[in-house]
Amino acid sequence: MAEFLQTPFGIFTIILAQCLLVTVCVLVALAFLMYADRKVWAAVQMRKGPNVVGPFGLLQSFADFIKYIVKEVVVPAGADKAVFFLAPMITFVLAVISWAVIPFNDGWVIASLNVGILYIFAISSLEVYGVIMGGWASNSKYPFLGSLRSAAQMISYEVSIGFIIIGVIISTGSLNLSHIVYAQQGDMGFLSWYWLPHLPMVVLFFVSALAETNRPPFDLPEAEAELVAGYQVEYSSTPFLLFMIGELMAVVLMCALITILFFGGWLSPIPFASDVPLLGDGLHWMLLKMGFFFFIFAMVKAITPRYRYDQLMRLGWKVFLPMSLAWVVIVAGLALYDVPGYARFPVEG
Amino acid sequence: MSFAAFAFYMFAITACIAGVLVVVSRNPVHSVLWLILAFFSSAGLFVLLGAEFVAMLLVIVYVGAVAVLFLFVVMMLDVNFAELRGELSRYTPIGLLIGVIIIMQLMFAFGSWEITEASLAARDAVAPAPEDVENTRALGEILYTKYILLFQAAGLVLFVAMVGAIVLTLRHREDIKRQDILAQIYRDPAKSIEMVDVKPGQGL
Amino acid sequence: MDELLREYLPILVFLGLAIALGLVLMLSAVIVAVRNPDPEKVSAYECGFNAFDDARMKFDVRFYLVSILFIIFDLEVAFLFPWAVSFGAVGVFGFWSMVVFLGVLTVGFIYEWRKGALEWE
Repeated sequence: MAEFLQTPFGIFTIILAQCLLVTVCVLVALAFLMYADRKVWAAVQMRKGPNVVGPFGLLQSFADFIKYIVKEVVVPAGADKAVFFLAPMITFVLAVISWAVIPFNDGWVIASLNVGILYIFAISSLEVYGVIMGGWASNSKYPFLGSLRSAAQMISYEVSIGFIIIGVIISTGSLNLSHIVYAQQGDMGFLSWYWLPHLPMVVLFFVSALAETNRPPFDLPEAEAELVAGYQVEYSSTPFLLFMIGELMAVVLMCALITILFFGGWLSPIPFASDVPLLGDGLHWMLLKMGFFFFIFAMVKAITPRYRYDQLMRLGWKVFLPMSLAWVVIVAGLALYDVPGYARFPVEG
Repeated sequence: MSFAAFAFYMFAITACIAGVLVVVSRNPVHSVLWLILAFFSSAGLFVLLGAEFVAMLLVIVYVGAVAVLFLFVVMMLDVNFAELRGELSRYTPIGLLIGVIIIMQLMFAFGSWEITEASLAARDAVAPAPEDVENTRALGEILYTKYILLFQAAGLVLFVAMVGAIVLTLRHREDIKRQDILAQIYRDPAKSIEMVDVKPGQGL
Repeated sequence: MDELLREYLPILVFLGLAIALGLVLMLSAVIVAVRNPDPEKVSAYECGFNAFDDARMKFDVRFYLVSILFIIFDLEVAFLFPWAVSFGAVGVFGFWSMVVFLGVLTVGFIYEWRKGALEWE
C-alpha cells in the first residue's frame, strides 16, 4: 500500500481523494449554510423559515436539490445554446476550484501555491464571465441589463479588494495563504491577528466582498423590483442550481478569505493555548470563524435596504478606491519603520 | 513522455486550436470566448516554465480585465458580421501569405539563435538565481530599484491611458438629474419645511 | 521546479473534478426531467407582450469607460504585488520608487474625478 502511494498513479489517487473530500465537504456544508441563511433571514423577519422537511427543516436544501433535478430545462428560443449552458458551468467550476488553495488547518491544503492569494484574486476576477455570458446568451432584456450592471459592479469592487490584499501582503511578505496565517501567530492570541492593525480595511474588505459576490445590499444585478431576477431570469432546473451553488460558494469563500487574511485562519484566539486540545489551534477554529462571518453575511442580507446603482458605483470608485490606495501607502510607511503589527514577517527563502 | 511534457502538448495544442477558432468563428462573442481559452492555455504554459507570477498575471489582467473590455466592445458594436465574413474570405489568401512569411522569419531568426556567454553573464548579474527565490519576489527585487526608469515609464503609460480613455469616451449627458450628496446632507430642515396650520374644510 | 509543478497538479485534477461534477448535475436534469417545450414557454421573458427586437441591444458607453479604468487600476495592483512581496528587500528606495509611481497615477485619478468620469448618471 505504502509503495503504491509512491507511484505516479498513487500520488494521483491521493490528490483525487483530497479534492473529492474537500468538494463533498464544502457542498454538504453549503446545503446547511443555505438552510442557515434562510433561517436567519426568517428569524429577523419573525417568521419560522423552513421547518417541514426533516427535524427543524434541516433537510430542506436536500429536498430543494431533488426538486431542481426533476424540473424541466427550459432553453429560451433565441438563446445561444452553447454559451447558455457554459455560463452556469463556469460559475460553478470557478467557485469549486478556488478551494484548492484554502488552508483549513496547518498543512491541510490541497495545493500550497506560492502565489495562492493571486490565484484566488484571478479566480474571483473570472467570476464576471458566468454573469455576462448568462445574461448575453439568454437573449432577453432583463438578463442582459442585469448582467451588464453586475459586470460593472464586480470589476469596480475588485480593484479595492486588490489594494486591501496588498496591504496585508506588505505585512506578510508572502502570497502563500498558509504563510499569511503563520504571520499572525503571536503571544497575544486574537490581538496579534491582522484585524487590529488593518482594522479599517477589514470593514472595507467585508463590504467589497458583499459587492463582489452580489449579495444584498448590493444585489443590483438581481434586483427583483427592477430586473425580475437579473441574469438568471431565463434559467431553470440544474443550470439555475449551478448558478446558485456557485454564488453561495463564492460567499463562503469570501468568509474563508476574511478569516485567513485578518482573523488568523485556524489559530486559536486564546493566548498560550495553542497546544491545549479543543482550545488550541485547529480546524474547528477556522470553521467557527467562517461560520461567524457567514452569519454576518446573512444578517446583512436581512437588515439592509438595497443600494441605488449610481450610489454603488460612487461608493466603489470614490470612497473605497482612494481609501484602500491611501492605506497601502500608510501600511508601507509604517512597515518601513518596523512598527509592530505592520512590520514584516520573515519568510524563509 | 513525462507528465510535464504531456501537459505542455495539451496546453500548446489547445492554445493553437483556440487561436484559430478566434479567427474563424462566426459570432464575435464566441471569438472572445475562444480568445479567453487561448489565454488560459498560455497561462498553463507559463506555469510549466515555472513562471507562476506571470501566469497568474496573464489570467488576472488579460482574462479578468482586457477580455471583459473586449466582450463589452463586441456586444456594443452593431456590425453586420455576415458582410465581414464575406470580406474575410476575400482576404484569406493574402492573410495566409503574411502568416507563412512571419513563420519563416521566426524560423530563420530562432534557427540561428545563439546566446553568448556575455549575455548570460549580464542576465545573471542582475537577476537572482531562480532556484533560490520564488519568482514574484525575484521580480520585485529588481523591478523597483534596478529597472526604476522602465517602471516609472510604465506608470506614465498607464497615466496616458487613463487620460486618453476619458478624452475619447466621456460624454456628459445634460438631460438627467444628478445627486449632490453634500447639498443633501447640509440641507437645513428649518428652511425647507414650512409648517402650516390648516383649518378643517378650508384647505390651503 | 518539479516541486512547483507538483503543487499545480492538484489544481488540474480539481478542475477536472469540478467540470465532471457540473456536467453530471446538468445532464441529470436533462435525463430525469421531462422536456416539453412550446412556443410560449421558450419565448423570452417579458412583461406580458412579445419582445420587440433582439435583446442584445446597444448600451451606454459608460460601461466601456468603467472597464478601461478597471484595466488600468488592475495593472496598478499587478505592479504592487511583487513590490509588496519584496518590500523588505527593496528598502527605502523601493518605497519611494513606488510612491512616485502611485503619485503619477493619483494625478490621473484626480483628473478622472474632476472630469466627472467616476459619476454614474
